[in-house]
Amino acid sequence: MSDASAHALEHHEPVTSTGIPNKKVLMWAFLGSDCMFFGTLISTHLIYRKISATVGGNFLDIRDVFDIELTSFSTFILLASSLFMALAVSAIHKGNLKSTRWMLFGTIVFGAIFLACQVYEFTHFVHAPGNELTLSTYRGEPHVFGSTFYVLTGTHGTHVAIGVFWLLGWLAYSFTGKMSTAHALDVEICGLYWHFVDIVWIIIFPVIYLMEYAM
Amino acid sequence: MATESIKYVAPDTENKVKTQVFPRPGQHTTGLVDWLTTIDHKKIGLMYGLTALFFLIIGGIEALLIRSQLWDHNMTVLTNREYNQMFTMHGTTMVFLVIMPLSAAFFNFIMPLQIGARDVAFPRMNTLSLWCFVAGGIILNLSWFFTGGSPAIGWFGYAPLTDTRFAEVIGDMGPDFWVFALQILGVASLLASFNFITTIINMRAPGMTMMRLPLFTWMTLIVSFLIILAFPAITIALVELMFDRTYGTNFFDFLEGGKPHLWQHLFWIFGHPEVYILILPAMGIVSEVIPVFSRKPLFGYGLIVFSGAIIGFMGFAVWSHHMFTTGMGVVATSAFSMLTMLIAIPTGVKIFNWIGTMWGGRIRFDTPMLFALGFITMFMIGGFTGIMHSSVPIDAQHQDSYFVVAHFHYVLIGGALFGLFCGFYFWLPKMTGRMMSEKLGKLVFTLMFIGFNLTFFPMHYLGMIGQPRRTHTYNEGHGFETWNQIATIGAFILGVGIVIGIYQFVNAFFNKKLKPAGKNPWDARTLEWTLSSPVKEYNFARTPIIKARDQAWENTYGPKDNQSEKEPLDDHGVHMPDRSWWPLITALGLFGMCLGMLFHRNIDPSGELVRNYTFAILGGVVMVTGIIMWALEGPGGYHLFPKEDEE
Ligand code: HEM
Ligand SMILES: [Cu+2]
Repeated sequence: MSDASAHALEHHEPVTSTGIPNKKVLMWAFLGSDCMFFGTLISTHLIYRKISATVGGNFLDIRDVFDIELTSFSTFILLASSLFMALAVSAIHKGNLKSTRWMLFGTIVFGAIFLACQVYEFTHFVHAPGNELTLSTYRGEPHVFGSTFYVLTGTHGTHVAIGVFWLLGWLAYSFTGKMSTAHALDVEICGLYWHFVDIVWIIIFPVIYLMEYAM
Repeated sequence: MATESIKYVAPDTENKVKTQVFPRPGQHTTGLVDWLTTIDHKKIGLMYGLTALFFLIIGGIEALLIRSQLWDHNMTVLTNREYNQMFTMHGTTMVFLVIMPLSAAFFNFIMPLQIGARDVAFPRMNTLSLWCFVAGGIILNLSWFFTGGSPAIGWFGYAPLTDTRFAEVIGDMGPDFWVFALQILGVASLLASFNFITTIINMRAPGMTMMRLPLFTWMTLIVSFLIILAFPAITIALVELMFDRTYGTNFFDFLEGGKPHLWQHLFWIFGHPEVYILILPAMGIVSEVIPVFSRKPLFGYGLIVFSGAIIGFMGFAVWSHHMFTTGMGVVATSAFSMLTMLIAIPTGVKIFNWIGTMWGGRIRFDTPMLFALGFITMFMIGGFTGIMHSSVPIDAQHQDSYFVVAHFHYVLIGGALFGLFCGFYFWLPKMTGRMMSEKLGKLVFTLMFIGFNLTFFPMHYLGMIGQPRRTHTYNEGHGFETWNQIATIGAFILGVGIVIGIYQFVNAFFNKKLKPAGKNPWDARTLEWTLSSPVKEYNFARTPIIKARDQAWENTYGPKDNQSEKEPLDDHGVHMPDRSWWPLITALGLFGMCLGMLFHRNIDPSGELVRNYTFAILGGVVMVTGIIMWALEGPGGYHLFPKEDEE
């Protein structure tokens, strides 16, 4: 009996037909699907962006509201967080727990800064004196820009927040003493998610923000 | 299922969090706890199937009420609002709570057996998918009991019907229930699809190459991809609608700059792939059944796979054929018209393949085969009318008339439902271990076939002479009465057929007097038929090594080289993951969160709107706790030691 239970304790990653771990295939499939989520939101925004500009009498020049310096800064922070993430993955593969911990911590902090910027941005826009942009109005009159803008960037923010909590989970786990290279795959998958969320922002930033300055 | 040869081995304790509140159910769990915590793909499949059959009855009653109201001119069985609620609930129920979950039932039960897998890749996620589906079904039907009753917006929920300002009843909650239900059902479908994709790509038995996969498994794969790529569009549309209704955004609010037209696009970008999500599983089933009952291999296997993939791919490029009359402009309209005509080609290819399979075969007309033949013929009629309204000027006549109702019922009942019934008659012996009465089965088929055609064939004509769909009554003098009465009579016959069919399926599980099925009662071709009926909880005692397509057939009739071998018994035994409470709890949390969101608005005595999120947050906390505990508990598991031939 003791013999048999010893076997039961052994944990081997199951052999898969493609050689790619199941969890990774799962994450890729999810990311493919997530592309469509963001694709739909971004298209909604692009469709409405011009149309809504003349509704309600107030011509909306969103540049009056946007704070491009702040957003550029938070964009940079989010991109930089990806570096930490990549280093965290590489560290756990090498079994360097201490470095993993610090890199996870760095990713979390940068993610949190990004989120803080977004919270600041949202409150700032909603209360922008004379140019209030809310979910349904601009300068107190009906508008669609706020609807698409907040829901799109808000959805992205939610993704970042989920990522931050996930990473926090790993950070906490790293203090239980159970974390080892056996978890490299899980951290790597978390990293896939994080990089993806980053890449989505690389699309959102030019398409939603920068384009307003070009066109 | 502790047979003598199965030793009990101490469960893996290392990865297990022992909580006092929810101790993890052990290996020998039985009864209710077993069904609530099971992670066995077969049990999940059965629960999916039974719940869907239950909703089939509900949706059927709604349909019969609609048909009763249309029996004669100016009937008053239903008021106009009730009528609108009926067709909304009927459509939503049939699409999301009947056809999709019935397909999911077969995906779950059959697909892992067909590829020689122990289970799906993520068993607990599979359980979560099941409970999300149940939660969605409950939320949708709860709508009957609250302000405004059920939604009256059509299964397509067109804006501005969903605009709070135009609600017929003040504070109408119906559309809110609809929005939340569809979102949860979306989660269920997505989770299941991620799981199936991973399973099919990664968990095939050695030798089971992609081009040896049974057709049904291929269709599972394609449908899963369609789901993960099409559901996001409607999920986002629903999120936007939810924001419109809850927080006053203007996405679809034309008075404030929104475009109702956008809703139609987003809905149909999902909606058209959705119709293939509904039909491809049935095509997969029929592609399994026809070779078996013709005693010939499937004609043009590669072509069927390929045309299935093409249909899936092109399905994303034809959505605007639902919007020909909305004024999209000449270029868009012509392009979508042409693409819609093109998509009929791969569909036709499949039909010729099935005919080619039967050609020269020794055909046995058992019940599954009858349903398969019913499928081909009825689906063809639906396909023809589909091609008819791919032509824009013709569609301008058909749009919103009963002709369209005839079209999509020919593809959905004559197609999808016949295909799924075919699946039941074919695979239930494998699931229950018992054969069903052929006589009763043939009676069910006859009733359904006659009833169905009586109901829907006249609708072609009714549509042509101008009866509009989605309209609760008609006046005297149009000459609509006779054909409507025939349709109503047909609907009741169809209903009787379906009820007897459901009785027969359920009976097969409980009636010990039925003839035992044995491993392969139909002399069928694919891997699941090498296992005993009902299938053992561990599926395969030894992993099969696949040598050919149609492995079960080759094992009996094929040359030596084509016969499958088996990997030696693993002295570690078969690893079985443990049951878990957390999927159920996570789904309950999600359910509570949705209820919390539905009821978070109150009007206080001074007439102010107050928002109270306590309940929603509580639900969220339960859900997150569920997820965390789930992650910490790990797959767990125990080992079973079946003998070589115990499978
Ligand atoms: C040969 C392939 C098909 C073609 C060319 C086709 C074409 C069309 C077109 C053009 C319409 C719009 C009619 C209108 O509203 O004026 C339509 C409606 C519809 N089709 Fe098909 N179809 C095909 C197959 C299918 C299949 C396989 C299904 C489902 C299993 C399906 C389900 C539906 C449904 C549910 C509607 C009505 C949606 C609504 O307005 O509520 N069709 N079809
Ligand atoms: Cu369509």
